[in-house]
Amino acid sequence: MQENENRTEPRGERRRGASSALLSTPMIVWTLLFVGATIVYIVALSFLKRSPDGFGVLPEFTLENYAKLFNANYARVFWNTIVLGLETTALCVLIGYPFGYFMGRATKRWRTVLMLLVIVPFWTNALIRVYGWRILLVGNGPINQALMALGLIERPLQLLNTRGAVLLGMVYALLPFMILPTYTSVEKMDWSLVDAGRDMGARPWKVFLTVTLPLTAPGLLTGCVLVFVPSLALFFMSDLLGGPSDLLIGNLVQDQLFTSRDWPFAAALSVLLLLITCLIMFIYRRLGGKATDMSVF
Amino acid sequence: MKKRRSPWAPLYLTLVLILMYLPIVVVVLYSFNANTSRFPTAFTGFSLTHYQALLRDTRGLLDALWNSLILAACSCGISMVIGTLGAIGMAGRRFRGQGAIETMALLPIMVPEIILGMAFLAVFTAVGLRFGMLTLVLAHVTFCTPYIFIVVKGRLAGMDASLAEASRDLGASAARTFFEITLPLILPGVLSGVMLAFAMSLDDFVISFFVTGATTTTLPLKIYSSVRTGVSLQVNALCSLMLAFVAIVMALKQLVVDRHRG
Repeated sequence: MQENENRTEPRGERRRGASSALLSTPMIVWTLLFVGATIVYIVALSFLKRSPDGFGVLPEFTLENYAKLFNANYARVFWNTIVLGLETTALCVLIGYPFGYFMGRATKRWRTVLMLLVIVPFWTNALIRVYGWRILLVGNGPINQALMALGLIERPLQLLNTRGAVLLGMVYALLPFMILPTYTSVEKMDWSLVDAGRDMGARPWKVFLTVTLPLTAPGLLTGCVLVFVPSLALFFMSDLLGGPSDLLIGNLVQDQLFTSRDWPFAAALSVLLLLITCLIMFIYRRLGGKATDMSVF
Repeated sequence: MKKRRSPWAPLYLTLVLILMYLPIVVVVLYSFNANTSRFPTAFTGFSLTHYQALLRDTRGLLDALWNSLILAACSCGISMVIGTLGAIGMAGRRFRGQGAIETMALLPIMVPEIILGMAFLAVFTAVGLRFGMLTLVLAHVTFCTPYIFIVVKGRLAGMDASLAEASRDLGASAARTFFEITLPLILPGVLSGVMLAFAMSLDDFVISFFVTGATTTTLPLKIYSSVRTGVSLQVNALCSLMLAFVAIVMALKQLVVDRHRG
């Protein structure tokens, strides 16, 4: 209340503002409890010792969960996950950027139709779409049969349960997250700048590199974050499309929780993932990205 | 301004869309497959047997769908109230630490889902909650609220604040101003936020995987386990029906919108 006296606004106005700020109490309490306290809990858990019987933890401080991350096997899983995420992001840029670009250049009627077509797959369950790929890729499935009928191959190719299949599944699942922000930034773009460039006699690719690309870069940046971050945790992709050696961090967390029952180590893995995400968000903000752009739907 | 059109654009868009719809088309096609083996990979003929089996619910799929719908409805109902009130209370800069709270509130939809799933599993175990519908609802509310919050907040930012002020200045109570001015103005935002949150809840697999109980199963969990242990094509039948439902709703919505525009 002391503070109110120092403000220049009339008291009534201030109080009115304060009382409507109270409306956010449930959300603040929920956030502090289910997000704040939860994260504090797993951070704390990641510094505790696992009890020898495997069911529970001992209240002893230890750094061994983090030391374990440097174990060659775990480090390799981490590395695989990051590389796969980067490959997914690169492919999504290559496929999704032109898509978003063309979509943004289409007529208004077509833009609505295309938007609908991009979003409708989202209304089918993600797992069902992965399962659709399984049907397509399996040994005696449609793709192999088509290739054999065309005489391109003699024996069925091993398509399913490969790293390539996991990559395909990731790109497929995350592509719309690249398309939609790109589309938004192309649609908002000031095309008179492109026309000016062209009128001055610049070649189309030069105009693209010096005008279009920089102007759509925010959308591209948002898309990259929206693709890369979730790619780190889609453990069901490697479960359903990959082979036994295509483990991702997500599979490791799942395994530590349910099979090895080493919860402090699972917590340490989660904390590391959280730190990577925070680092990416930090870079994103430094590069001028806005948090509100992250909700593309 | 004359638009320059690339002849490659329609070709490219069509090609990517074909790839996007290919697995979905295959799923729908296979729902009519007569093959009833445990790993039905070959198409052996047209039949409606999986639809008939689905209606008898021999695999508990409809039960799982029902659970998913109840879960989504409960979570969205709670999130709608929390998120909408939160957005109104945090419109503009209101209190110290608001930025930190907002960032924290958006974390559930920013970080990889597995972090939240793992954390909820650990916390709910520590607190001693029984895993089942309750833990699912708590977890889903946590990630549904930010979607509604973002959409409503965006809507509020585009709203003319002087309308609510005028109402107060003319002597209306805070409650009356809320129900007669603010709420009607932000309602489209609330509804689209709720739709988005509903879709996210219905589709969620990763978080549900960690916080579900032994006896409660949602549709995505059911699909996951049946894809792993040998698929029944009833899954295809159910998904085809859901897809048809969504397509009809979308088409109807488009018709209504078109008529409104004349």
